[in-house]
Amino acid sequence: MSRRLRSSGSAVTAIFAIAVLAAAPFLLGGYALTLLDYIAIYALVALGLVLMTGAGGIVSFGQAAFLGIGAYATAWWTTAIGGSPFTGLLIGLLASGITAAVLGAATLRLGGHFLPLSTIAWGIAIDYLFGNLEALGSHNGIAAIPPLSVGALPLASARSFYYFVWPLLGLAMLLLSNLLDSREGRAIRALRGGNALVESLGINPFRTRLCAFVLAALLAALAGWLYAHFQRVVSSTAFDLEAGIEFLLMALIGGTTHVAGAVVGAGIVTLMKEGMQSFLPLITSNSTQLQAVVLGALFILILQKARFGLVPLILRVLPKQAPRRTLEPAAPLSRRVPTPKGASLLSVEGLTKRFGGLVAVDEVSFEVKAGEIIGLIGPNGAGKTTLFNLVTGLASPDEGHIRFLGADVGRLAAHVLVRRGLARTFQHVKLRPSMTLLDNVALGAYARTRSGFLRGALRLDRSEERSVKAEAARELARVGLDAKAHERAGTLPLGEQRLLEVARALAADPALVILDEPAAGLRRMEKQALANLIKALRSEGVTVMLVEHDMDFVMGLVDRVVVMDFGVKIAEGSPREVSADPRVREAYLGAEAA
Amino acid sequence: MNLEIALLLAQDGIANGAIYVLVGLGIVLVFVVTRVIFVPFGDILAYAALTLGAFERHRLPGTIWLVLTLAIIASGMEVFRAVRERKPERVARAVGLYAGLPLLPVALVVLLAGREISEPVAVALTLALVLPIGPLLYRIAFRPLADAPVLVLLMVAVALHFAVSGLALFYFGPEGVRTQAFTRAVLRIGDLVLPGQTLIIFSTCGVVATLLYLLFTHTTIGKSLRATAVNRLGALLCGISPARTGALAFLLASGLAGISGVIVAPVTTLYYDSGFIIGLKAFVGAIIGGLVSYPLAAAGALIVGLLESYAAFWNSAFKEVTVFSALIPILVWRSLAFAHQLEQEDGAAEEEIAA
Repeated sequence: MSRRLRSSGSAVTAIFAIAVLAAAPFLLGGYALTLLDYIAIYALVALGLVLMTGAGGIVSFGQAAFLGIGAYATAWWTTAIGGSPFTGLLIGLLASGITAAVLGAATLRLGGHFLPLSTIAWGIAIDYLFGNLEALGSHNGIAAIPPLSVGALPLASARSFYYFVWPLLGLAMLLLSNLLDSREGRAIRALRGGNALVESLGINPFRTRLCAFVLAALLAALAGWLYAHFQRVVSSTAFDLEAGIEFLLMALIGGTTHVAGAVVGAGIVTLMKEGMQSFLPLITSNSTQLQAVVLGALFILILQKARFGLVPLILRVLPKQAPRRTLEPAAPLSRRVPTPKGASLLSVEGLTKRFGGLVAVDEVSFEVKAGEIIGLIGPNGAGKTTLFNLVTGLASPDEGHIRFLGADVGRLAAHVLVRRGLARTFQHVKLRPSMTLLDNVALGAYARTRSGFLRGALRLDRSEERSVKAEAARELARVGLDAKAHERAGTLPLGEQRLLEVARALAADPALVILDEPAAGLRRMEKQALANLIKALRSEGVTVMLVEHDMDFVMGLVDRVVVMDFGVKIAEGSPREVSADPRVREAYLGAEAA
Repeated sequence: MNLEIALLLAQDGIANGAIYVLVGLGIVLVFVVTRVIFVPFGDILAYAALTLGAFERHRLPGTIWLVLTLAIIASGMEVFRAVRERKPERVARAVGLYAGLPLLPVALVVLLAGREISEPVAVALTLALVLPIGPLLYRIAFRPLADAPVLVLLMVAVALHFAVSGLALFYFGPEGVRTQAFTRAVLRIGDLVLPGQTLIIFSTCGVVATLLYLLFTHTTIGKSLRATAVNRLGALLCGISPARTGALAFLLASGLAGISGVIVAPVTTLYYDSGFIIGLKAFVGAIIGGLVSYPLAAAGALIVGLLESYAAFWNSAFKEVTVFSALIPILVWRSLAFAHQLEQEDGAAEEEIAA
């Protein structure tokens, strides 16, 4: 799904929202403008969560700590040292960026719930640190922070600050939505759902997560800088775990799939807290705590009833414009020099892999030549999957060599192998169901392209992006899915999902495509379509290796078969030779049949 | 630091650690059975301590209001569901189970509070009163999300903590409670002086751990809990209802939280919000055990207790910072040592937070 304003409805809404915000200073009083200023500050933090949680699937309860680092850095710099606020901003960004990089390096490899739990731990630890460091005023915090001024213009009033903070927020939203629509943005969006797929695409999941994490921390630190100079005092209570959870609540209420969600969520939560602050004291003396109760209950309700937040609900109501069908002309992506037909592409020599006492793959050797379709077959437990994992870099061999395009690749990781020209599909289809077919296939071209975060955010990547989209469209057409290019991948039936995976693999411009049990679970007609596609690919010169279970499917399709049983290669040859081989018949049908 | 101080700190640390062991066991229990990281566990602990304190001061404990509120919401949800599914025969059962049962201890407490009651009766009442909290929270907050990803359940748990601890302030007020010591006896072994209170903590911890072990290995209920923990679908196919085992796990957790609250109340002053930090430290211990192994979680909890005790001696202002920062290297170690277990299911987690 493109996060750009792609429908006329949301474009009109966006223009309307900007017009209202521009008119606000003329219509509203100081109190309302103060609230709006805070909303913009908090929205910056929530924006980081849209990137990190909504797109990247990294849940953090600790963003308030980065807000605090940004705020304390400039507060200390401008009061204790007497420096300029803009140097304070640099210090804050640097401090929170480094902190995030260190914390991220330590924790971002953690799976599942461990990562968000660690954010609670360091969130609390950092906040305690603020409250106990004497240099930062211990529990009293730091007061008398000077206001910002731009040139000779002081930004002390809510009104003048408004003109500074909202354009800044708008700029951040624009850059972020650009980023999400770029090469690295697609990679971040692909993170949710596990590492096996992203690694096979040449994306280093750890690096991508770390970048998203640091970016979110930088946004929070920027917000902290604004917060310190607007509030003019900072104290550790503002950056505790509760604050961290409020930011998550903001992002979730607004909707983490859309940059506007951050602003909507920040607005709702801030206004609600404000309303509660004036209303709750009427019924209780402990209003701040009851506020936590109400917010907690609201959070649970949102998670139970509307996990995707408000913005997607609003977008659903707005009239939609049909997505652009025609792609702009673009220079084609550079292609790999093809290997001459018949030359050795992949050669496996004496490959052995042991799991404890079990020898899963035992001295297996075979060769794949350019331009052929080779099948790797064998009954259950023959070691096909292990061999497959060894070849694709998911496991490393105990003995033996794997040579691919003349280089020894036995110990290379999956995300490096794809750059060398080895693309794969998965037995259990791994797609990103919420992304369009086009975006799913464009992911395949990640390893062939170069644009980084900065180019993506600044839209310097447009010509390369056009080429990527054109390439993705070409591969979709190749597998016959071009008519559905703008639909979500999750809506496809299994057979078409397999074809989509093939298109994604082709988008990497591979020298060799390895298909992992592509026929598993397919109906007869779907198998037929897949077989036709593979034949068409061969005629186009693509080399394909099939790891398959389904004998009928393989035998009618491949040039050559390698048969495995109990970890050993028992036969190799043309389908006709192999099916006459007594050992193969024995492996498949039992001794009597042979 | 000389040996005497070191020993004293160790003793203190192990006593704290023993509490964390109980809490950690409860957290692991709930997690493996329901996949919920039960953050409000510590809050129930605080409720138990505050309840015992209220009994001692002859006041009506605010916990009854919490149980009452939760019972009304939960039975309301059940009745609503019965009506919507047009199964009116379920209404009576729903009201009985989710309102009647929890209100029994409430009624008892209302009858007895304010009178002079002996310490064991007060403890028993306290436990009876906090017992329904866990299952009711489960019904209200987690059961509607039974199939949600762990991360969503975690976010709900964190939000629930804020709601529950906010209500604790509302019901009990901001002042702290430290209940009477169960015993003033001391045990002397050579130079070592062990207060009776510490011994009570040790023995309770030991007894509870043994009971849990027997429950899991020798009873059908315990085995059904373990079965659900190992494979939810498999357990379901064997006729074990995940909703029932879930409620059971929360019931046990409530009991563990109650016991921990009662034995910790005479040792430290507890406030309405003290439970969270206790829970979090126990949690740091449980993570050492990877959230799945009971013995490792217990060992981890003891380590956290010791770490805290020595950190407090070294620099009390940074005690908490030290304990929570310790989680980071522990997590790193775990992620390196058990990397294959942490790899998330591909695809399954994709639609997690949002789609």
